Amino acid sequence: MLIIGEKLSIIAKRVREAMAKRDKGPIQEIAKKQYEHGARMIDANIGPAEGQEDLMEWMVTTIQEVVQAPVCLDTTNYDALEMGLKVHNNEWGRALINSTSNDPERWPIMDLAAKYGCDIIALTVGKGGLPADAEERSAIAAELMARAGEVGIPMENIYLDPLVLQVATTQDQALKVIQTIRMFQDLNDPPMKTVVGLSNISNGCPKQMRPILNAHYLSLLSYEGLSAAIADAEEIVTTVKTIDIFLGKTLYAHSYLEM
Amino acid sequence: MSFTPPKEVYNGKVYTVTISKGAKAVTFGGENVLPFHSFEGEFVNKPVIAYEIQDIAPSEWPEQLRQVYAAVGDDTVKWAKYVQDELKAEAIALRLQGTHPDSGNRSADDAAKTVKAVLDNIDVPLIILGSNNVEKDAEVLVKVSEVAKDNPCIIGKAQEDNYKTIAAAAMANKHKLIAMSELDINLSKQLNIMLTQMGFDKEKIIIDPMCSALGYGIEYTYTVMERIRLAALMQNDTTMQQPIVGDVGMYVWKIKEVQASEDILPHWGALTPRGIAWEAQTACALTMAGAGLLIMRHPEAVKAVNAFLDEMM
Repeated sequence: MLIIGEKLSIIAKRVREAMAKRDKGPIQEIAKKQYEHGARMIDANIGPAEGQEDLMEWMVTTIQEVVQAPVCLDTTNYDALEMGLKVHNNEWGRALINSTSNDPERWPIMDLAAKYGCDIIALTVGKGGLPADAEERSAIAAELMARAGEVGIPMENIYLDPLVLQVATTQDQALKVIQTIRMFQDLNDPPMKTVVGLSNISNGCPKQMRPILNAHYLSLLSYEGLSAAIADAEEIVTTVKTIDIFLGKTLYAHSYLEM
Repeated sequence: MSFTPPKEVYNGKVYTVTISKGAKAVTFGGENVLPFHSFEGEFVNKPVIAYEIQDIAPSEWPEQLRQVYAAVGDDTVKWAKYVQDELKAEAIALRLQGTHPDSGNRSADDAAKTVKAVLDNIDVPLIILGSNNVEKDAEVLVKVSEVAKDNPCIIGKAQEDNYKTIAAAAMANKHKLIAMSELDINLSKQLNIMLTQMGFDKEKIIIDPMCSALGYGIEYTYTVMERIRLAALMQNDTTMQQPIVGDVGMYVWKIKEVQASEDILPHWGALTPRGIAWEAQTACALTMAGAGLLIMRHPEAVKAVNAFLDEMM
């Protein structure tokens, strides 16, 4: 399971201020901490970044100065994405664009994935509202895969994202997303990769409940074959290591959590 | 359409271990495929066989094995020189059996003198083994580690109940270490983790998952060794990527099949070739499971295993 460390988001005040001041200190500290807790990719969420096209370039170099991992470039801003991809160091893996979807406004981003040979998250939502169930998500995924194929993106470079919704407001969607993970994999041979924004599940829930909801939800998604999760590595690392034991991916030893 | 044999893809690699004495060195491990799968990757180091000798006369060994060493068995240095010069041993494993409370209870200082004398008289690499008594080994192996500090050796065996003392001594005197657990892969991994957590270099460990003789539970040893290799190679588990030792002779030369004479059991065939075959078969099986270092006793069995290994390499 690939953990994509999520803590570098413009939504967080400390990160937003550091971005505005181009202060590397807090950004690098958070990135290093995520890596130490097992994140092998770091999400850089800079928001729409209008008029701040060079922000992603700064984020990518700032992160990769201290962490030997690829970056997940999280923005809808085409020019910012391209500037970030240009400076991304691929020594530790391909960059990941977050994200395209079935909204025509998000299609041009696919050209960047093809041009730079990087990975891309395909969010299975269209322009008109949220998908109702696993079948609808899979139908959108198939359309996105066809479109990606046309522009020359290999299927192995795509991470399908079923869009996790808040359990507090749309409880029935929690199970539907779990079912979607299995269905997505069947869309291709070798199976398609899958990713979720894990903390969406507990959005709007009491703060002390969120780690519990996140951890258990991740267990169920993992069992269905989830490839990657955008999450707080520090929070979920014990869950991921324990899941790897149960799924036979790691050999058990009493000290497995320390490894 | 032509047939392409499927090839397994491995993610990990076994650490290479070299021990040397002066100009002479042996190297084992280093493979990135299952044993002898050289068609899938690298399997370049032939498993090494070390001749076992002891610090006391081998009175517990069966008669037909004792005879081989009749002229040298009561003098450890002579015995060492004999296996090196006459039997062309690549490496020697000196078992300090006489330090066991039930086998003479020799002191750590006496054991250290023996080790020193052997080291002064051989020029092949040495493995120094305790008597498998947890408390006594902790005492003895610390002392012998010190006297052997100018000649990096393999010392062992460190177990769950004495690893701290023995590993600290090995670390201070630059020796490699055999880490033994009793036929339990999870405890084997745990011991390796604890050793590395105390600062011991993970590339200086040799795993002993505990041996057993053919007919006496070898399938347990076999499967533990095999699963250790699979974890190392398929899951890239760095705590399981150490070479494995098979302490074969000790387990073979005490069972009834190598001691019951043909007079009593004529249908079992002649005793001497039977014992040799038993040791050789056990050793060969363990190399198939992943052992890179073997500790053996009978020269004819060693010869047979070497012939097998030459064919497999």
